[in-house]
Amino acid sequence: MSSIKIIVGLGSCGIAAGANKTYNEFENIKKNENLNFILGKTSCIGMCFREPIVEVIDKNVSFLYGNVDANKAVEIVENHIKKGEPVKSLLINETDQSFFEGQVKIALRNCGLIDPENIDEYEAKNGYEAIKHIIKNNISQEEIIQTIIDSGLRGRGGGGFPTGLKWKFVADKKTNNKYVICNADEGDPGAFMDRSLLEGDPHSIIEGMIIAAYAVGATEGVIYCRAEYPLAIKRLNIAINQARQKGYLGNNILSKNNFNFNIHIKEGAGAFVCGEETALIASIEGKRGMPRKRPPFPAESGLWNYPTNINNVETYANIPWIIKNGANEYKKYGTEKSKGTKVFALAGKINRSGLVEVPMGFTIHDIIFKLGGGIPNGKKFKAVQLGGPSGGCIPEYLDNTIVDYESVTATGAIMGSGGMVVMDETTCMVDVARFFLNFTQKESCGKCTFCRIGTKRMLEILEKITEGKGKEGDIEKLEELAYLIKENSLCGLGQTAPNPVLTTIKYFRNEYESHIKEKKCIAKVCKNLITYTINPEKCTGCMVCAIKCPVKAITGQKKQIHFINQELCIKCGDCYSSCKFNAITLS
Amino acid sequence: MRIERIYKTEKKENTYEPSVDLTLLDELINKYKNYKGNLIPILQGVQNIYGYIPKEACIKISNETGLKLSDMYGVATFYAQFKLKPVGKHIIKVCHGTACHVQNANSITAAIQEALNIKDGETTSDRFFTLESVACLGCCSLAPVMMIDDEAYGKLTGNKAVNIIKNIKLNENK
Repeated sequence: MSSIKIIVGLGSCGIAAGANKTYNEFENIKKNENLNFILGKTSCIGMCFREPIVEVIDKNVSFLYGNVDANKAVEIVENHIKKGEPVKSLLINETDQSFFEGQVKIALRNCGLIDPENIDEYEAKNGYEAIKHIIKNNISQEEIIQTIIDSGLRGRGGGGFPTGLKWKFVADKKTNNKYVICNADEGDPGAFMDRSLLEGDPHSIIEGMIIAAYAVGATEGVIYCRAEYPLAIKRLNIAINQARQKGYLGNNILSKNNFNFNIHIKEGAGAFVCGEETALIASIEGKRGMPRKRPPFPAESGLWNYPTNINNVETYANIPWIIKNGANEYKKYGTEKSKGTKVFALAGKINRSGLVEVPMGFTIHDIIFKLGGGIPNGKKFKAVQLGGPSGGCIPEYLDNTIVDYESVTATGAIMGSGGMVVMDETTCMVDVARFFLNFTQKESCGKCTFCRIGTKRMLEILEKITEGKGKEGDIEKLEELAYLIKENSLCGLGQTAPNPVLTTIKYFRNEYESHIKEKKCIAKVCKNLITYTINPEKCTGCMVCAIKCPVKAITGQKKQIHFINQELCIKCGDCYSSCKFNAITLS
Repeated sequence: MRIERIYKTEKKENTYEPSVDLTLLDELINKYKNYKGNLIPILQGVQNIYGYIPKEACIKISNETGLKLSDMYGVATFYAQFKLKPVGKHIIKVCHGTACHVQNANSITAAIQEALNIKDGETTSDRFFTLESVACLGCCSLAPVMMIDDEAYGKLTGNKAVNIIKNIKLNENK
């Protein structure tokens, strides 16, 4: 019995699903009943759809339990721990195991497997071996940079710039002061890859930064993390302190003379534009996070005007693996121009939402249907949104598109940081475009006129269309504005803000037209274009809808026909989904 | 756009601002006084202490550190995190990320607005709740999601959300 270990997944998604309660339950049982199993913590394993997840390691065999609340924790202890009988009904079954088929975990290699708050567990998984290897064998800066260039690793934050080249530019600058920055300002709504990495394996990012610092000759590192990720910040702080105690950070690292490097964390304050590198630097300097003209690029003049290397979280997480296993091993995965793997966050109308890491070249169809398990409730797949507010929607008929930088860009979307939001037939594409534009419009820093005012005008047009007030020529006006904004904005935010609109016009023009000409929303989403009514022939007067209605818009006595007051109705659809007799019609 | 126009006609009488204990700031000021790039951490510290950024605090900080009031105001209004008005005891953050949006997050906000009789961004008159929309809480698999203080609630409907809020109030009034 003593060889049994119970590990609870405590990432943000697990905690939101109640994993803390599960953990506390195990802890209480252990204490009260004096059981001697080992209780451990880890982070997100990627299967967000089955959180809270508990792994029981019994004589080196792993049993993965899904949706474990406090009651089920008791059940697991009673049966599996005490009697040695695994609770079959709670095990993540074979079909869900297919979630892992075809995945190659490089960046996520330790996520969900180690306790992120314990440096020993990272070291036990070959952690900090890469930097030790570099120091021990006296590998030169040029050699490291060449390895990264050879590996073909490109920036995982969305830009796709070759990482090795970026390092080379910084390394070539001859100054005493250089900086290494980790961009952890993951602002794309619908993307949570970086959060999971920071929470699940913070040491891999720190090691990646140490290697980068060594290669480019920097002495100071900053992790710019969004304040909305409190758990990530907490775990990073713990990890940095542990790394310092073990001599991986500080002065004369690993006893190498004059190899000094320190990292500190800077909390973002909630501005999407700060994901842009020059805005991020301004924010670290304590200013309004507004981008500036490039060149000079940060490699030349970055933080406090010194040469600065900025990479994304996922990029850094790949570095130690590449150094340890070699460029050729990494190059094995991927396509001609995009090497290695990419992490995607699956969300939206999909059965298995979560985190997947696949080799470049995987098709979107396979990600959604093989790993993601398809669309729930038998609905039809319509489109997938890639790249957040800067990206676009790829329609169902292009789902054979492979994921690599060039192929995704060819569709009009962008690879972005890896958010993948799946949409089905009940999603209105005009509404989606309006949603993203509303976001970018609010987040525009206001510096460039076209981005500041142009996005506002586009949003107004989209709002009119979704309210049923669109008119002929609106689509053309949107397109004209879109191109002007793209051409006349300084930074990535403005240059890409119109992408969601342009791709939805390109692939779903019919939906725009039916909103404008017929005043109809095919997906039945746009509130001004739909009404909920009660069919008197089918209504049994069960009162369920009246109770469910959050605004008390439904009136009617028991066993009498109910009525919806259209003036009060907020069109939330709760009545529609709760009626057992299909008495509510949506038109 | 991150610039908000200030209209002169805006009534001043609604801006209820309790006077605050400024001595709480001393430690914060000492910690960051001579540290470059200190403006954002200072403002974050102020908000941690008071829950928002009171005007008096800015004046004191400006006097003692030499930071310009105009810079402080510029930064405080640029970033979504900073609040210049006092907030309610509990902050309700309704997620409006992409995943939540396609799962009908708008109806959650609409239902809460209706139930609390406030608009997005406002605080109830009893200063119990502040309603906010946020971009993404990163719990996309549980969409639609809201977070009250540090607790996340997933797979909501309008009705569920309103009930959760009512229960919080009921439990505290007991």
